[in-house]
Amino acid sequence: MSGTFLGMPSLPVFGIGNLHEHEPFPKAAHRELGNTQLRANLGHATRTIRNKRLAVVSELPDWEELREAGRAIKESVMARLPELLEQFEANFTARGGTIHWARDAGEANRIVAALIRDQGADEVVKVKSMATQEIGLNEYLEEQGIAAFETDLAELIVQLDHDKPSHILVPAIHKNRSQVRDIFLREIEGVDPDLTDEPARLAAAARAHLRRKFLSAKVAVSGANFALADSGTLAVVESEGNGRMCLTLPETLITVMGVEKLLPAWEDLEVFMQLLPRSSTGERMNPYTSLWTGVTPDDGPQNVHLVLLDNGRSAALADEMGRSALHCIRCSACMNVCPVYERTGGHAYGSTYPGPIGAILSPLLTGITAEENNSLPYASSLCGACYDACPVKINIPDILVHLRGEDVDSKRGKGGKRGRERLPSQMDLGMKAASWALSSGKNLGLVEKGLPLGRLAAGPDRKITKLPGIAAGWTQSRDIPAPPAQSFRQWWDKEHQAQAAPTAPTGTEAAGTGDAGTGSAGTEENP
Amino acid sequence: MRIALFATCIVDAMYPGTARATVSILERLGHEVIFPAGQACCGQMHVNSGYFKEALPVVANHVKAFEADEYDVAVAPSGSCVASVKHQHPMIARRCGDTGLEARAAAVGHKTYELSQLLVDVLGVTDAAAQLGSYFPHRITYHPSCHGMRLLRLGDRQLGLLRSVGGIELAELPEAEQCCGFGGTFSMKNADVSSAMLADKTANICGTGADLCAGGDASCLLHIGGGLSRQGSGVTTMHFAEILASTLENPATVTGDVHLTTGRTAR
Ligand code: SF4
Repeated sequence: MSGTFLGMPSLPVFGIGNLHEHEPFPKAAHRELGNTQLRANLGHATRTIRNKRLAVVSELPDWEELREAGRAIKESVMARLPELLEQFEANFTARGGTIHWARDAGEANRIVAALIRDQGADEVVKVKSMATQEIGLNEYLEEQGIAAFETDLAELIVQLDHDKPSHILVPAIHKNRSQVRDIFLREIEGVDPDLTDEPARLAAAARAHLRRKFLSAKVAVSGANFALADSGTLAVVESEGNGRMCLTLPETLITVMGVEKLLPAWEDLEVFMQLLPRSSTGERMNPYTSLWTGVTPDDGPQNVHLVLLDNGRSAALADEMGRSALHCIRCSACMNVCPVYERTGGHAYGSTYPGPIGAILSPLLTGITAEENNSLPYASSLCGACYDACPVKINIPDILVHLRGEDVDSKRGKGGKRGRERLPSQMDLGMKAASWALSSGKNLGLVEKGLPLGRLAAGPDRKITKLPGIAAGWTQSRDIPAPPAQSFRQWWDKEHQAQAAPTAPTGTEAAGTGDAGTGSAGTEENP
Repeated sequence: MRIALFATCIVDAMYPGTARATVSILERLGHEVIFPAGQACCGQMHVNSGYFKEALPVVANHVKAFEADEYDVAVAPSGSCVASVKHQHPMIARRCGDTGLEARAAAVGHKTYELSQLLVDVLGVTDAAAQLGSYFPHRITYHPSCHGMRLLRLGDRQLGLLRSVGGIELAELPEAEQCCGFGGTFSMKNADVSSAMLADKTANICGTGADLCAGGDASCLLHIGGGLSRQGSGVTTMHFAEILASTLENPATVTGDVHLTTGRTAR
């Protein structure tokens, strides 16, 4: 950080990089829904992993207590983040590591590139990491003449195909085996031309390719799942062991980590190492967990760096309703249970972070007014499956609603494009009218007087099949039944006026059941 | 007990039979039902669409309407609207800076129950055939709506009540816990995704061979029913209150393709 005090920095500093939607979500979703390969793969993969997760989670009698502990630890971290970061920095530095602070993606990229150049290297091996994707590190390094090789198998497939990951845990979830074989044949130098699409053969081809890189690379770049403030330790949780190779073989190790990954103490790992593998891969324990604390003389990397990334996290932290999105441990459980994600896949969300968490985290990091990110909080039916699955109990539906409110408010009384006064949308007008109709029993009663008109509109088929404007979205796949002849309110009033008369029968019993009473919309109730 | 009925706007205007069935069930159990006249809507359409300012008068109206009368508990035949009354009303009041309304909304929310909650937890109904005379000789399936399931944790209360109806045959719905894709304005703003979710739900429903799909939320039933109607399916939807209210003497009318079960299980 700059040593000169230039007054208060302007706040908030929002995130930049691969955090944006480039078109509104409904448009992207429309395109992705047409990709039948993607839908079949995703449907199969998410269902399998959902069931695995459920099985290993139900084994633990204290799962709910673990979730609560995870939530509480993360909440306390957010409450004392500055203090914990300083404690971490002191410990990490004392053990021979070097800390770099990056305000945003641009700063982080420049720091990493300079560190690589200091080693005289022009290629690096990479451990699968969300943070480096968020900042667009690979693309930046390429511009700088530095080649970055992904070593996670799925990440490698996506990289070789010049594609983007579609799932944070299974980045190549949208590709099938024969597609992977074709990519390898096309992109890997010296690969066996008779390569088949057998998983074992594909893995062997990838292994041979990666082994060459592990042995030659001088610099590795990683992310981190956790950082422990009390010891200055970093942790990477993975399945394949390729991460372990990167973390141990090269001379220089550069880690990029969001500031929210911190945990107060070593024993907190006990909670998170139970929550994370079960929630993400549906395993009781992941195969490889690597922990390192600064530099160990003559063992492993001798130059150890950590870039602590803000990129909008302080802005998210300042949002009282939204800040718990920073509790996320990137397990991907919320994606695997999300009915929207299951059908659209990760690309529809634009950002590095897809699915339910992406729909809140991306706009929180960039600010709700950034590019098309204001369409993301609407990419949910608010079914709540994500909240139930989240190992750190992030109330994603509530935050989605909160961000919708921010979006609506951000447009109130604002000038529209080209400086003109923004005209109220159909939605604005509809909501205003509905607010009037629904804020008193009298008004609603008046509106209900129009029900016969709806019956008229429905015609002899007793259904409405085409509506104009935004409501056309409804009638694209759904009819509306003809409304009833009278509302409940009208029936009740008649019934109770009659009751008030001295000779009237008392019960509403008979009227409440039977033919007359079970009138759902569309059934005749009164002549 | 004196029970205040919150009909909910969609039931009031579109499905009056559901509210009348609710009244019928409660009166059969010997309770007095009142209908606070000022009531209109819970406001969740506004809240869930981000229009908090427009939601405030709707919330304030609900609170006022349900403070106006003396009653023991309030009930609504909707998990979603009850969840809104309980959770969203205090939040909206707080967000709009009205702490007085926040406390009043919390008090009203505290007294409000979803119908199956009231029947099972408060009124002790476990056997609809025996306690309510419920009789419904049809093969049905059941969709548990998301908000009842996840926000109110209704568990199998509705399903348990349905199971105890005389003459009924219940077919299990595959992937029952998957959302039907309604989501309020989501169904219009993200119509393509919503329609894809609906298509899977209706395919699962039709696969059960049931005559109709029961549920506890009129809005989800409107959505599912609207999809089935568009697909030209003979399968319809019905609120579980109407099934509970149905008796041998006064059977509920089922539209669509109707097949009576043999009534073997009738008591
Ligand atoms: S929001 Fe929760 S469930 Fe989703 S990835 Fe993050 S920790 Fe996992």
